[in-house]
Amino acid sequence: MAVNRMFRICPSTGLSYHEPAEKLIRWNAVAGVVSLLVGGILALLIILTRWQAVHLLPPDWFYLVLTVHGLDMLVFWIIFFEIAVLYFCASTLLRCRLAAPRWAWTAFVLMVAGALINNYSVFRGDSSVMFTSYAPMGAHPTFYLGLILFAVGALIGCFVFFGTLVLAKNEKTYRGSVPLVTFGAVTAAIIAVFTIASGAIILIPTFLWSVGLVDHIDSLMYRTVWWAFGHSAQQVNVAAHVSVWYAIAAIVFNAKPMSEKVSRTAFLLYILFLQLASAHHLLADPGLTSNWKIFNTSYAMYLAVLASMVHGLTVPGSIEVAQREKGFNNGLFEWLRRAPWGNPCFSALFISLIGFGFLGGISGVMMGTEQLNLIIHNTIYVPGHFHATVVIGTTLAFMGLTYFLIPTLFRRELMFPGLAKWQPYVFGLGMCGFSLFMMGAGTLGVPRRHWDMSFAGNPLGYEFPGMAYLMMALMAICGLAAIVGGAMYLLITVGSVFLGKKIETPGFAYVRAKDGVAPTTRPVEVAFETHGTNIGTAGFAAPGTFVLAMVFLVAFVLYYFVNWKYLSTVWPLS
Amino acid sequence: MANANTTSPIAEDDIPDEPIPAMQQLLDNPFLLLFIGIAMPTVLYIIWGVMEIVGIPIAK
Amino acid sequence: MSAIQSPANRVWWKQPLDRVEGSWIAIAFVWCLVMFFMMPYWHVYGKQNLSNEAYRTTPEMFSGKTQAMVDKYKVREETDLKIPVVHPPAGSDVYLIARLWQWWPMLELEEGKTYRLHLSSMDWLHGFSLQPENINIEVHPNYEHVVTLTPTRAGTYSIICNEYCGINHHTMASRLYVVKPK
Ligand code: HEM
Ligand SMILES: [Cu+2]
Ligand SMILES: [Cu+2]
Repeated sequence: MAVNRMFRICPSTGLSYHEPAEKLIRWNAVAGVVSLLVGGILALLIILTRWQAVHLLPPDWFYLVLTVHGLDMLVFWIIFFEIAVLYFCASTLLRCRLAAPRWAWTAFVLMVAGALINNYSVFRGDSSVMFTSYAPMGAHPTFYLGLILFAVGALIGCFVFFGTLVLAKNEKTYRGSVPLVTFGAVTAAIIAVFTIASGAIILIPTFLWSVGLVDHIDSLMYRTVWWAFGHSAQQVNVAAHVSVWYAIAAIVFNAKPMSEKVSRTAFLLYILFLQLASAHHLLADPGLTSNWKIFNTSYAMYLAVLASMVHGLTVPGSIEVAQREKGFNNGLFEWLRRAPWGNPCFSALFISLIGFGFLGGISGVMMGTEQLNLIIHNTIYVPGHFHATVVIGTTLAFMGLTYFLIPTLFRRELMFPGLAKWQPYVFGLGMCGFSLFMMGAGTLGVPRRHWDMSFAGNPLGYEFPGMAYLMMALMAICGLAAIVGGAMYLLITVGSVFLGKKIETPGFAYVRAKDGVAPTTRPVEVAFETHGTNIGTAGFAAPGTFVLAMVFLVAFVLYYFVNWKYLSTVWPLS
Repeated sequence: MANANTTSPIAEDDIPDEPIPAMQQLLDNPFLLLFIGIAMPTVLYIIWGVMEIVGIPIAK
Repeated sequence: MSAIQSPANRVWWKQPLDRVEGSWIAIAFVWCLVMFFMMPYWHVYGKQNLSNEAYRTTPEMFSGKTQAMVDKYKVREETDLKIPVVHPPAGSDVYLIARLWQWWPMLELEEGKTYRLHLSSMDWLHGFSLQPENINIEVHPNYEHVVTLTPTRAGTYSIICNEYCGINHHTMASRLYVVKPK
């Protein structure tokens, strides 16, 4: 079969899209958004049940819906979108044809089939086992089968990504090193390969157990290996959304990384250590020693946390430098005040960054501390934390990127631009409140995945303090706001993609390219730009960002030690 | 960004090259990174963890 | 070059570190070390550490040991289900079974005394969640976890299940009594 070498160049961004890659990116993104739609509708039912005053669903439906919400959001929405991001970072950013588009379509079909089969199994009613499906609680075989098919598809997608990198190098569509954003995508893809391999190690035996070919699955072994899959998947998200942050900073501000060396080394720390944090989930389990727990839960001395703190500085830092060079050089924060707050790409990036750092990051490190985990394990604090990471961090960053992709990738004008301006605020701030109140309720002991915190009719039930009910109600109200924000996003994206005004450019064509699509120039030794001589203060090119980082550190230190103080008041244990 | 029609490979200009530092070479090699990115957690998390579980003594 | 383009410099590794980045990396690294060393520090000087003592067991073996304790130290029964309440001697080994959807038996402990609490499940995973103290421990089938604990304040506590364990997960709750020593 002839290799398709047709490309088009986007007139407004200058990006080159390979014809098959473009289609694949679109379809994967659309599949992701459909999953988000389903997951979002279910989220509404869940909050209306956990809001004790409403208590909408009966228990069997609640657990069923919660299972599907976890799967459709965490697994299907995020991974479909990530595959789109991978193809974009390899093919579009390197101006290279996508390797093996047929395999990429196979991957897509497997993933869609897997997602449908898995959802089918839960809606049957006999597989409400949560997305973690802890053995020995068993689900219908199609539950595992669906996940396995989906994972195989995603793995093929990762290899298409790696194959494209090889092609780009051989066909010299870029010279020197890949762009930083692509390097971040490499990081995400590497973690994804480990993630999927771990998933295979645990889900294949569990599938065989569900059909009766294996007779025992050890619960501790299951949790240990399952989390190498489950938690690493979240680290794929971190690497992916950090890359998206850099991309949005580049797109909106033409920001240059403050230093390639620092940002790439930070990604290297992710590759080396991020995945160890799967141990976060096993800190309250028997049988694994404190040595293993401390080493792994701290990503070998918090080196991956260091990396996140670096990205958290360099993303806004590079924006600050770009803004100051544009002339917004007064005081500490003129660059931020004069940022395009009405551009949803930027506001989504900014809320994602701050929410991920302050809410998701700090709470995650706190509860990932061996001893501190004792006072929050399996409380609703945990979903509070990960809605801050995976919703405010990842989902909102992806939403921001969509606003850029709709005109350039789908060639449609954005519908409802006025609504789009507000969407990141409604969704992001709603979600911030939602996460905070969940964490508050968790501190009071409210369990996660629990249909009735009032234990109605149970003579031995526990009576939670009124404050816990208040927290849950406030959580639900903020959650409603976030759902409105999510609905705005779906309305805008679905509307624009299917009904938006087509962007017609005169002379539009796909053109054939032989090797690369463009001549590339060899990078040369240019003098390194030194920042901070003409901008910023006191030799600091980005003083405002530095001040923000110090505020973050103070919040982090205080919150961390407050929790140790609280721990020291509970019953002695050893 | 440049024109899509021109495809001629660029002549290698012959400035004497400063060698690429080892760390940069590592960061430019996705397959080496893939290898270490899988080896590290496999050994430190999975294998170490599984060995601890297997080594749990039997209750009296 | 921006982050979506290849670096302009062929040898970007040699770019000197910026002052903002350099200072932040140093500060953040120190903080990472502090957080890391807090964990071993607390093992030595802190009082709340989850025990590393665990054994492989079976539901039969574990329920046998629990039954033996109940036979010896039962003081009364509670609720329609006649769940035994046991008051084992201070300092002894006490057993708690987690099963669908019940904690069994109920324990009555003395304030300020130390006990070795053995936890295991008869079937699926359960979550030992002591309220309002908010101590949370995962309970596995086929593993016996031995946690040494010292109740510090007399009162009636609740044990709820906070690991999802099926359709009646939310009904799984029990009590733990802490009384003043006589
Ligand atoms: C408006 C948006 C959302 C709302 C209001 C919402 C609400 C909730 C609530 C109330 C829970 C249940 C907590 C419990 O009882 O344990 C939950 C669980 C969860 N949510 Fe969301 N969510 C939203 C979006 C998302 C998104 C975008 C993701 C992923 C990217 C996500 C991932 C999850 C996961 C993984 C769980 C855990 C399920 C489990 O415990 O098995 N959520 N969500
Ligand atoms: Cu239970
Ligand atoms: Cu339960």
